[in-house]
Amino acid sequence: MDPALFAQHLLNGVMLGVIYALVAVGFTLFFGVLDVIKFSHGDVVMLGAFTALATSIAASAAGLSSPVILAAMLLAAIVGMALVGMLMARYLVLPLRNAPTLNVLLVTLMAGTVIREGVRLFYPQGSNPKPFPRLLPTGAFEFGAFTLRHDSIVLLVLGVGAIVFVHLLIVRTRLGLAIRAVAQDPETAAAMGIPFRGTVLATFAIGSALAALAGVVNGLYYSEVSFNMGLLLGAIGFSAAVIGGLGNVYGAILGGFVFAALQTIGAVALPFASAYKDVFAFGVVILLMAWKPGGLLAERSAERV
Amino acid sequence: MSSTARALLAVLLATASLASAKDTVRIAFIGPLTGGVSANGLGGRNSAELAVKLRNADAKAKYSYELMALDDECKPNVGVQVATKAAADKNVIAAVAHYCSTVAMGTVDVYHRFGLPVVIWGAVLPDITYANDFKEIHRVNGTMINQNETAAKFMVAQKYKRWAIIHDTTDYGKGHNRYFSEYLQKNGGQILGTFGVTADQQDFSAELTRIKELKPEVIYFGGITPLGVRIRSQMDKFGVKAVFQGTSGIISDAFVEGLGPLAEGVVAFREGAPAEKLPGGKYFIEQYAKAAYSDPPEAYGPFAFAAANLVMDAVEKVGPDRKKVRNELNRTHDYDSVVGKISFDDHRQNAVPLITKFVVQGGKWLVWEDSEYASGKRPLVR
Repeated sequence: MDPALFAQHLLNGVMLGVIYALVAVGFTLFFGVLDVIKFSHGDVVMLGAFTALATSIAASAAGLSSPVILAAMLLAAIVGMALVGMLMARYLVLPLRNAPTLNVLLVTLMAGTVIREGVRLFYPQGSNPKPFPRLLPTGAFEFGAFTLRHDSIVLLVLGVGAIVFVHLLIVRTRLGLAIRAVAQDPETAAAMGIPFRGTVLATFAIGSALAALAGVVNGLYYSEVSFNMGLLLGAIGFSAAVIGGLGNVYGAILGGFVFAALQTIGAVALPFASAYKDVFAFGVVILLMAWKPGGLLAERSAERV
Repeated sequence: MSSTARALLAVLLATASLASAKDTVRIAFIGPLTGGVSANGLGGRNSAELAVKLRNADAKAKYSYELMALDDECKPNVGVQVATKAAADKNVIAAVAHYCSTVAMGTVDVYHRFGLPVVIWGAVLPDITYANDFKEIHRVNGTMINQNETAAKFMVAQKYKRWAIIHDTTDYGKGHNRYFSEYLQKNGGQILGTFGVTADQQDFSAELTRIKELKPEVIYFGGITPLGVRIRSQMDKFGVKAVFQGTSGIISDAFVEGLGPLAEGVVAFREGAPAEKLPGGKYFIEQYAKAAYSDPPEAYGPFAFAAANLVMDAVEKVGPDRKKVRNELNRTHDYDSVVGKISFDDHRQNAVPLITKFVVQGGKWLVWEDSEYASGKRPLVR
């Protein structure tokens, strides 16, 4: 393959990987602190994107400039989804703490459907795909068949920055320490004076804020959002978290990039129709699970979250 | 008229209608009311409902009608469920059903088994009427065979030579790919690559990067609106400069709204004349506007309206009996409707000889001949 073309496919894969990783980290954080799988996560991504979209429409009606609109969008989506995440944790997940985990899975699955159909019904003409504002610089560097768009660079920096930020938050701050302690042993952590509920809420806020960011990055990258975009994104984010090893943040990031790589290989390098790229990617996920049931970076209890 | 007089009149009318209490006949409407293509489903539902309302307001009608709207979500499994629900309900005399071909393919057996006469209002896969010989299944809209023949001839006549094809891998998308490829090759067009994609795919970077290398002049897309919006939008992102050619599946206001300026110069083809060009079409558009629905009728609304009227006319004529209504529908010939004359062939398929070419200009789907593209004022992408 032409090296420029190869680089192009690599870049496409990396962009996908960043979005998947942002979603997957949320799944892994929730699993880390509470051992629950929050299946509404994909729909929170979508809600974040729509919050940003609505904010941008309001902000551009107010005549603000592009960078200000972008900042307002990000702020509204991130703060909004952090709140949604906390509300879900407080009223849907925590009350079911002593119920079978299957119940949490079911409740969050339903909550996701409520969010999805809610957006469809209450956002004006919500069942149609919506154009997402193009607020980033539109130029591009061209090297033969390789095109590096300026907006891709911004999104890449934004996504990687967020992941690094969460990493630092978890390893360097008191909150991170509390999250890690609760993940490891909630009872002992509580006995040491770490507020259990507060820590769980903070974790859900962080995970959901990342989902919001994923939604905005997704919208800016594709210039289009739709009410059902969270379905597949949720399934992929969850798979990525599982391949990496549920409960391990680095595993989730790795999983996101692995999944993006599999999809790209499935579409580009294999001899069958690209419709099978998801079949291929999810098929390899099954094989990976059979080979390493705990995920690529299997959770060691000391390293949890 | 003063408000008291108006109230009095309303009371009078109400008692009058009570006095002549008509039997109520239930008709089912089935289409995608939720999910990605619900814009089309809601447009069809509203149009069918409008036909029922207008009929109920007509003093001459022998029966009063009730529309039972069911949601097939554009999913075959859900479609079979709701089709069974409608067909098993003895009070349902006939149904106006389906926008999605994949759903219709799954439900025709159900209607046949229960003997429920059905008029398809939007699904275009030929097999729905032609694969079986079910006397219950009728269709007022045309099939994808005709539209692809016209599409291929027209685009070759515009001096395009090289195509890349993207289609979704449902029966619908595969059907479009099959018929378009066939007619394109017959007319001398060249297909550089064909890409089947899943109907809910989000990212097309890999496919479009490959297509960019192939340097096609036209990208043919066989699929429906949500995916069409995504692919056209990403063509721009990944720097693929080609004409975007779609099928009847993307002719919707939602497509233009979802793309904004990027929709400009997109071409697509649909069977039948546009509503506003038909004598009865103007009436339909006026009545629809008067009913003040929050969603537009979309491209297939007039067909749903015509289908509902066709069914109600049959009931008026032979009474609320499934078998009689079926036989009456079978005999339909030169029936006047808002989408033109309806005549069923031996597979109860309406022969729609006319294919209309559309292009997006200034944020609207225009008939090609009326557009500045046809007059040469605006050029398509070269």
